[in-house]
Amino acid sequence: MNARKLFDFHGGIHPPEHKSESNQTPIVKAPIPPVLYLPLQQHIGKAAELVVSVGERVLKGQLLAKPQGAISAAVHAPTSGTIDAVIEHPMPHASGMSDQCIVLIPDGRDEWCALQPCEHYEKLSPDEIRQRVRAAGIAGMGGAGFPTEVKLHPPQQDKVATMILNAAECEPYITSDDRLMRERADEIVQGMAIMAYVLEPGECLIGIEDNKPEAIAALRAAVTGTRIEVVVVPTKYPSGGEKQLITLLTGKEVPSGRIPADIGVMCQNVATAAAVYRAARFGEPLISRITTLTGEQMPKRGNVEVLVGTPIGWLLEQYGARLNGAQRVIMGGPMMGFTLHDLTAPIVKTTNCLLLPSNQELPLAGPAQACIRCSLCADACPAELLPQQLYWFARAEELDKAEHHNLFDCIECGACAYVCPSSIPLVQYYRHAKGEIRKAKLEHQKSDQARERFEARLARLEREQAEKEAKRKERAEAAAKAQAEKALSPSPLTGESRGEGEKPNHNSPPLPQPLSHEGRGESAPDLEKLKQDWDNAQNKLQTMLDVLEDAKANQPDNVEKFTRAVEKNQMRVNQARIAYQNAEKARDPGEQP
Amino acid sequence: MSLLTLSSPHVKGPNRTATLMRWVILATVPGLIAQTWFFGWGNLHNIVLCSVVALGCEAAMLKLRQRPIGFYLSDYSALVTAVLLGLALPPYCAWWIPVIATVFAIVFAKHLYGGMGYNPFNPAMAGYALVLVSFPVQMTTNWALPAPLLEPGANMASLFSILWGEQLPDGLTGATPLDLYKHEIPHGTFDEVTQNPIFGGYGSLGWEMVNLGFLLGGVLLIALKVIPWQTPVAVLLGLALPSVLIGWDADEYTPLSLHLMSGATMLGAFFIATDPVTSCTTKLGRWYFGLGVGFLAWIIRTWGAYPDAFAFAVLLMNFAAPLIDAYTQPRTYGYADAKRGPKSKER
Repeated sequence: MNARKLFDFHGGIHPPEHKSESNQTPIVKAPIPPVLYLPLQQHIGKAAELVVSVGERVLKGQLLAKPQGAISAAVHAPTSGTIDAVIEHPMPHASGMSDQCIVLIPDGRDEWCALQPCEHYEKLSPDEIRQRVRAAGIAGMGGAGFPTEVKLHPPQQDKVATMILNAAECEPYITSDDRLMRERADEIVQGMAIMAYVLEPGECLIGIEDNKPEAIAALRAAVTGTRIEVVVVPTKYPSGGEKQLITLLTGKEVPSGRIPADIGVMCQNVATAAAVYRAARFGEPLISRITTLTGEQMPKRGNVEVLVGTPIGWLLEQYGARLNGAQRVIMGGPMMGFTLHDLTAPIVKTTNCLLLPSNQELPLAGPAQACIRCSLCADACPAELLPQQLYWFARAEELDKAEHHNLFDCIECGACAYVCPSSIPLVQYYRHAKGEIRKAKLEHQKSDQARERFEARLARLEREQAEKEAKRKERAEAAAKAQAEKALSPSPLTGESRGEGEKPNHNSPPLPQPLSHEGRGESAPDLEKLKQDWDNAQNKLQTMLDVLEDAKANQPDNVEKFTRAVEKNQMRVNQARIAYQNAEKARDPGEQP
Repeated sequence: MSLLTLSSPHVKGPNRTATLMRWVILATVPGLIAQTWFFGWGNLHNIVLCSVVALGCEAAMLKLRQRPIGFYLSDYSALVTAVLLGLALPPYCAWWIPVIATVFAIVFAKHLYGGMGYNPFNPAMAGYALVLVSFPVQMTTNWALPAPLLEPGANMASLFSILWGEQLPDGLTGATPLDLYKHEIPHGTFDEVTQNPIFGGYGSLGWEMVNLGFLLGGVLLIALKVIPWQTPVAVLLGLALPSVLIGWDADEYTPLSLHLMSGATMLGAFFIATDPVTSCTTKLGRWYFGLGVGFLAWIIRTWGAYPDAFAFAVLLMNFAAPLIDAYTQPRTYGYADAKRGPKSKER
C-alpha cells in the first residue's frame, strides 16, 4: 500500500473503534444559536485582547479580540449580531473553570464583513500568508490549540525536513477529521500546499490510519500531481499522538522535553490545514468547526459544522440528546477526552467531538483492585515508561522517584489504564503526581525568592543599623569632646585635645573621662542603649510584618508561624518602649538639679 | 442538571485480574492430570485441603483487616496460592503439612505484608519452604512412587485410604528421582544408576509427563499473555546453562534431561517464578530474575542438602527483584539511554 518504509512505536492498544456510528452521514450545518459565548482564550498562549465594545453591532467574521504577544490567536464574530457583554463564563475545560467570554447575540442575518480573497496563494509572500493565518485566529484544531501561525516560522537552526499532516484520528468514536477528509480533501491538500509554500519542507506526508479507506481514497485523489504523499499507518492507538506519528513516519524520536521542530519536523492537523486554506484563499477567519456528536445517548449521531461559541447544551438539544440523570458529556474521545461540568460552556476551536455514552456502552470503572505488577501497562505504554512503578511512586508520594522514572514523558494517552486488569485509574495518579511536583517546584522557587528577599532586607537593615551606630558614635564622641573641651576650657590644651579627639577614647587624657561619667550620671548610656533596643525591636517587627505579608501572598502554610513571630516582636517592642520611657522618667529629675 | 465528571480514560479494556488468575488455575490442569495419573489422588486431596484453608484464612484476614471480603476473595489469588501449594507438596503427606503451609502462606507471607499486591515473597513458596525446613523427612522422602511401579490397584487403594481414612498401602512413597540420582551417582555411573526403573525414558518415570503437562499449560499462559515469556525461558536457560557447561558429565552430576524433565522444573518456571507480584516487572529484569532462579536451583540441586530447590531459588530472587527492577528501567521514548539505578546521575 505504501512505497514508504514504516516504523513502529512501542506499545499501543486496540480499543473498539466505534467510528461507524458517526461517519456514515455527511457533515450538516448546525443552526445559529440564540447566544454565542466566545472565550478570549481558546488556544495555548496569551488570551486575546478585546477590540470591540459592549453594545456594538458586529458582522460575521469581524475581529472581536486581537492576539496579544507572539503566542496568541484572534477571536472573530461567528455570525452578525450585537456584543451583549463580556463575562466570566464556564469553559469547556477538565477543571470546570470559568473564563472571560464575549457574549454575542446573533441577529439572524448572518451578514459577512468584507473579506480579502486571494486567487493564488503564490502571489502572497510567506510573511503575508503568516499574517493571514494569524489574522484568521487559527489554532491547532486537533486538540492542543497551539497558534498555527507560530508553527509556520521555520525553526531557527535549519529548514523543516518533514511536514506531517496528522490525519490519524486514532481516538475511538471521533470522525470529524474522517468526514472532513472525505468531503473536503481538496481544501486540506491545498492548505498543506500553502503551509509547504511557507515552510519549504523537504517532504510532505499525510499520516492516516488504515481504518479510513474512503478518506484515504479522497486524499489520494486530491494529492495527485502534488509532492504530498499519503502514508497509511496501521490502526493502533495512539498513532495520532504527535510523537507517535512522527516515529511511525520518520523513525525519529522527539527528544524528551523538546518539540518536533528541534528534529526538523512540523506537524499539523488536517482541520487546521483546511482552515489555513480558507484563510489564505478567502480571507475567512476560523469561526466554525466540524464536531462529532456521538454516543448511545445521542439519537442523531454524525458530524456537524458548528459555530465557535455555540453553547454545548443547546447544540446537543438540537440533535435530541438524552440528558436525564447523571450523564457524562465527554469533550474529545473516550481515551483522552474530559467530562464537562457545565453544558452552557461553548464549542471552541478545539472541540472535535462530544461523546454522550450510556453507562452500558462505557461502563463506569469499578473499584480499583491491588496492583499485581503484571506490567501489561508497561507493554501498552507508547512512551515506554513503567506505569506500574510510577503508580507506586505516585501513591507513596515518592515524587523524586517518579520524576526519575520519567513521569513527565507520560502523554496521558490512557493506554495503561485501559489494559490494567485491576481497574486502577493510573492516569489520574500521574496527573496528581505531576501537579504535586509542579507545585513543589513553584513553592521551592517562591521560598527561594522569599529567602533571598528576606536576606537582602536583613543585610540592608544591618547596614543601616551600622551606619546609624557610626553616626551615633560620632555624635557621642563629638559630645564627649565638647564636654571635655568645656571641662578643660581654662587650660591651653585645646589644640592638642582636638587632635586627640579624633582617636579612640582610651587615648584621650584620663582626666575628663571620670568627670563626664560622674557629671551625666550612670543613666545616660543606658538610656541610649534602651533607645537603641527599642529601635532595633521596631525594625525587627517591621521585617516580620513584611515577611508575613509576603507569606500571606505566597506561602499560606507559613502564615501562622509568621503571625506568631509578629506577635512576639510586637511584645518585645512594647517592652523596649516601656523600659526606655521608664529610664527616661527616672533620668529626668537628675537632668534638672 | 447533574453531570458526571470523571477522569479519562473513560473506556476500559477486557483484562481483569480474576480472569488472569482463573487462567493460571486452568493452565495447571494438564500437569495436574498427569500428576494424578502417575502419583495418585493425593495431590487432589492436597489441593482441596489447601483451597479450603486458604479461602478461610483469606476471609479471616480480610475480616481482621476490615477489608471487603467478597471483593478480595473474588480475585482468585488465594486459590492460585492454594493450587500451587497442593501441586508442590508430596501427594501423601500428613494432612497438617498442607494446613500449616497454607496458613503460613496466606496469613504471614501475604496478609501480614499488606495483602494482595504488597507481598514481597511468593506466598506459596514461603509456605512450602516453611514446611520443607520444618519437616524435612516427610517432605523429601515421602513423594509418591509412579503408578506403573506399583501393584495394580494401588492408586485406587490410595483413594480409599484418603476418603475413608484407611492405612496407606506400604511402598506407595519413596525418594524422588532427583534425590535418588544425587545420592547414588557418587557410587556409580549414569548407566548403573538409571537401571532403576524410576528414571524412565527421558527424565524420570511419570515426572516427564507431569513436566510436559506444566510446560503445555505454561505455553498456553504465554499465548494468552497471562505470563511473560521472558521469565520461564530465562529460568530454563539459567538451569540448563550450568548443567551443560559445568555439570555435563552425567557420571558426576545430575544430567540435563533429569534437571529439565523432573522435579518442579516446569511448574517452577511457568507457574511459580512468573508470579507478577513478587518477580521483576521490567522486561530486562525478568531475564535476570529468571536466570537467577534457574541458576540458584541448579546450585542447590547440585550441592545443597535438599533434593529440589525451586522454593528457595524463587524466594532468594524475590529478595533481589526490587533491586533488579531499579537497575533495569527501559529506555523511555525521547531518551538516548535508559536511566539505570535508583538515582543515577542526571544527564
